[in-house]
Formats: sequence, structure tokens, C-alpha cells
Amino acid sequence: MSNMAADGGTVQGKTGTAKDREKALRMYKFRKEYLGRGVVTACGLFIIILTVAIGVFLIIRGTGTFTKFHHSVAEFLFSSNWSPVDSATGSGGGVGAAVYIVGSLLTCGLALLFAAPCAIGAAVFMTEIAPKWGEKLFQPAIEIFVGIPSVVYGWIGLTVLVPSIRDVFHARMGGYSVLAAGIVLAVMIFPTITTVAADAIRSVPDYYRKGAYGLGSTRWQVIYRIVLPASKTGILTGVILGLARAFGEALAVAMVIGKTRAFPTSILSPTNNLTAAIAADMGNSANGGEANMALWSMALLLFLISMFFIALIHFIENRSAAALKA
Amino acid sequence: MNNTKMMTRIKRAKRVDHVMTGVFFAIGGFFLCLIIVLAAYIIIKGILSYYPGVFAFNAQGIGNQLFNTIYLVFLSLVISVPIGVMAGIYMAEYAKPGRVTKFIRISIESLSSLPSIVVGLFGYLVFILMTGARWNLMAGALAVSILSLPSITTTTEDAMRSLPKSYKAGSMALGATHWVTIVRVLLPACLPRIITGVILAAGRGFGEAAALLYTAGQSTRINWANWNLTSPTCPLNPFRPGETLALHIWVMRTEGSLNPNSEKIANFSAAVLVILVLAFSLTARIMTKRINQKQVGSKA
Repeated sequence: MSNMAADGGTVQGKTGTAKDREKALRMYKFRKEYLGRGVVTACGLFIIILTVAIGVFLIIRGTGTFTKFHHSVAEFLFSSNWSPVDSATGSGGGVGAAVYIVGSLLTCGLALLFAAPCAIGAAVFMTEIAPKWGEKLFQPAIEIFVGIPSVVYGWIGLTVLVPSIRDVFHARMGGYSVLAAGIVLAVMIFPTITTVAADAIRSVPDYYRKGAYGLGSTRWQVIYRIVLPASKTGILTGVILGLARAFGEALAVAMVIGKTRAFPTSILSPTNNLTAAIAADMGNSANGGEANMALWSMALLLFLISMFFIALIHFIENRSAAALKA
Repeated sequence: MNNTKMMTRIKRAKRVDHVMTGVFFAIGGFFLCLIIVLAAYIIIKGILSYYPGVFAFNAQGIGNQLFNTIYLVFLSLVISVPIGVMAGIYMAEYAKPGRVTKFIRISIESLSSLPSIVVGLFGYLVFILMTGARWNLMAGALAVSILSLPSITTTTEDAMRSLPKSYKAGSMALGATHWVTIVRVLLPACLPRIITGVILAAGRGFGEAAALLYTAGQSTRINWANWNLTSPTCPLNPFRPGETLALHIWVMRTEGSLNPNSEKIANFSAAVLVILVLAFSLTARIMTKRINQKQVGSKA
């Protein structure tokens, strides 16, 4: 403290009364420390405010369907009668979003089915089988995958995937289908799962592998019995992150799903999902009307799903940490 | 007897091992082929769709959209870089372990996993509906900056934490305050890594479309002779509608039938967009490599 006082005195030059000196010291400390600390603390707190604001605004806006138009949550989630009145004041239509919810679940499930085994396989390949050149080749490849914008994935789906599904499977509706959306999403979430899974596999201590090899295991036995179980939590985190990304993807899916409001009869038939419906209709519906509010409820649902995935990841990580301690 | 049983078991294990190695090679090869084919398809199809005037600054070209894209990302970085870097400094240097810090971490994680369309709708609600404005570039830039904020914060925090402890100790021992140490010593030392993170965030911003659908708008009208900043057709006015390249692909492929060249424009825009993003991620990659080499060099 005395050190700082002396410093403050010399910086200010004049050494007046004790009171003056104390004041100068306070000014010095304010300029050199508290001002900067205050600003960066404010920025840190701003992130909390921003996140809470997004949540609060979406909740206020998204619950309008249930409070202002008196629809039940069960109707919104489980009914397939989607006929909201699109005017500023009218009401009395149905707001059943089941078709959209099922569409989202189906496309994401299909994407996960395609992407997860391949992505985990690729992660194993680049860490366990070809760690030297595999990594050098795969890291840039993953970056390219991540770098291609989602609209461009949708555009490829539209120009390549949709026509070929039409020609190969003779699908009705010209190839717009759950299958096309699932494949596009699978390609998009592939790099997410691979990156996180590869990190998890890399963090398995090397003596695990050496011990297993020492007991005479083959490489596949080491991977299957030792490495994969040991990195289970990290791989699961990657899969959930991929699923979260698939749920939130809007435009790429909207371009290939066909946007017909009906339950799909097979994976070759078109349907619709939450994000595509919001993207297509939000701008065309009367602000504050029943249709508009129902779309905001769907946005709120997306927000809650994304929060749920975060919570799930924390739950899994906490559980495995607890298991390690025990 | 027992011995032969053992031998067959070992043989089987070896055979399975060979088969699985083959499977993994197949997956790895498929992965690499897929990305090469995808990238080549986008770029070749784009080049084949070239026609004179594709870069023109009018409805027939993509010049205006390209300008909007770069301008919007620039605006979003002007907003998100200062806030993100300062929040990162707070997390690395000042945040004490406790409830508030934990809450900030949860917030960063939530923000980074929010679907971009949800962020876009938040932007639509707050920056368009509540202010009563028309679609504008500024609203789009704010939405994109919300998306890039978490990654810039995390990059800054990681960069600061990875610095040697001796930097801070040395500066503080010379009598500098904590803040002066941060500004004069720590921040310059981790600047290259922060810039790398910002470049990556910019690359992601170029491709963003869902968040801009209802913020930046799906049309653009620029008069390049008009430099009155308050006019809605002035190129630099941030409060005019500004459709970006990524949105242009969406518009051209979903409702662009009015334009006879819509398919060609979409093909070419996709190629330009991908090249732009790849150029940025390549720059970031080269920078990271340089930084790592330098650090290894100084250790030796």
C-alpha cells in the first residue's frame, strides 16, 4: 500500500497535504485499474443480460398462443390441426404443431442414424488408425465441412440430392422428402460429432492402450473394449451437440423438405418441420395475430429444445465425473 | 486340444481386426472423397455458370449482395469484437470462481448453441418490430454479432490463459497495476490468437443466412452515385435493407423465378461464398501455424 502511495505521489508530481495525496492516489488507482476493470466486468455481465433477454423475450412472445388465444399446450404439441387465423385480432383456429414437431424429430433422427456411426468411425480413424497423416489430412477437411455455409448445403441438396432421389426411387413430389433433409443434415452435423469425438478419444491416457496391447489385444479389441468405453462421455456429448445443430438448422432443410403440411407416409414423402415453417411464414403473417403467435411458440419450443440439450450434456458430464470419483 | 482352441480364437481376433481396419479405412476414405467432391462440385459449377456481368452492381449481378455481405460482417465485428474481447479478459483475469462466473459460462454455452434462426427472430423482435424500423443492415449486423460473441469471448479467454505466468508476474513486480499489465503486456502477447479467432468468426458470418432472413431483409437497392448517408439507397447507410450473398442464394432458389438467370446466379454465388469462407479459414490456419512455430522457437 505504501508503495502505491509513493507511486501516486510521484506521478502527480506535487506533494501537498495528506488529503491531496490521498485524492491523487484514488484518481491514479481509478484510471489505472478500476475503470478498466469496471468496463470488462460490465462486458462479462452483458453476456448474462443478453442470454436472459433472449430467453425472456421469446417466453413473453411465445406464450401468447396460450395466454392471449387460450390454446392448451397439449393442443400445440399433439394436435395436427394447424389452421390458425391470420389476422391481427381474429382467433378460433387450431394451432396443432404436431406435423412440424414430428417432421423435425424424423429428419434429425434420420440424420443422426446416418451421421453418428460414420462420424465416430472417422474420429477413430484419425486418432487411432492413422494418427500421423490422418490428422494432417482430416483437420483441413473438417474445417472445409464446417466452413461451407448452410444455405450452400441446401443448394447442393436442391440441385443434386432432390433430382437423384426422384430418379432413383421414383418418389412422388419430385424428390422433396424426409430422406433428402436427413442426408443434408447428416452431412452438416458430421464434422461436429467427429471433432468432439476425436478430442474425447485423444484424451484417453496412453497407458490404457499400452496395457491392453501388453495383454495381447489386437487393435480392434483395444478400440472396441478400451478406447471407446473410456471416451464414451465425450462421444455422447458430440452426438448431442450434433443433434442440437440438426434441430436448429433452418434454410438447408427448408430447401429440400417440400413444405407440405401432412405427416410423412414414408421417408420418401415430403413433410415440414419447425424451422422451415418459421422461416417461410413469419414474415407473411399479421403481427400479433393467432398465426403469428403460433409461429413464435414454435420458436420458443426450439429455444427450449436447445436449452434441454445443454442441460443434458451437463447432466451426462456430471454423472461421469461422479462415477470417476466413486 | 485346448491349444488349438486358443489358436483359432487368436486367429479369429486377428481376422476381425483386419476387417475392422478395412472398415475404418473405408469410412476415412469416404469422408475425404465426399469433401473433395463437394468442394469441387460447388466451385466448378460456379465457374461454369459464369456469364459477363455476373459481378455487376445491379439486379442482374451479385455485386451489391457481395458488398452488403462484407459491409454487414464488418459492422457485426465492430460490435462483437470489443464486447467479446473485453468479456474474455474479464473471464480470464478478473472472474472469481463463484456463482456469477458459472452463470456467465452457462450463458456463453447457451448462446453458442442457440439455433441461428432463433437469434434471427430475437433480432426481428427487438431491432425491427420494437423500433418500428424496416429491414436494415444494422439489425442484421447485431444478430450476427450475437452469434459470433461467444466464440470471440472463448478464444480471448483461452488465449489469455495460455500465456506463461511469468509475463504477468514480471509486469506486476515492476509496479504496474493488474489492468495496466493486461493492456500493455498480456493483450499484445495474445493478439495474434485473438485475431485468428476473429477471422474465423468473420468467415462464419459470411455464410449466415437464417439469422438475416427477418433482420437484414431479402432485397437490396443501392444507388452508387448517392453518398448521402441518410438516404435509403446510399451504399454506406447501415439503416437500409441489405440482402447478403447467402440470402441471395436462398431467394434465387426459392422465389427467384422472376429473374431468368436465377439458377446461374445461385450457382455462382455459392462458389463465391465458399471461396470467401475458405480463404478466411485458410488465413486463420496459416496464422495459427505461425504462432505455434514462434512459441516452439522461443522455448528452444
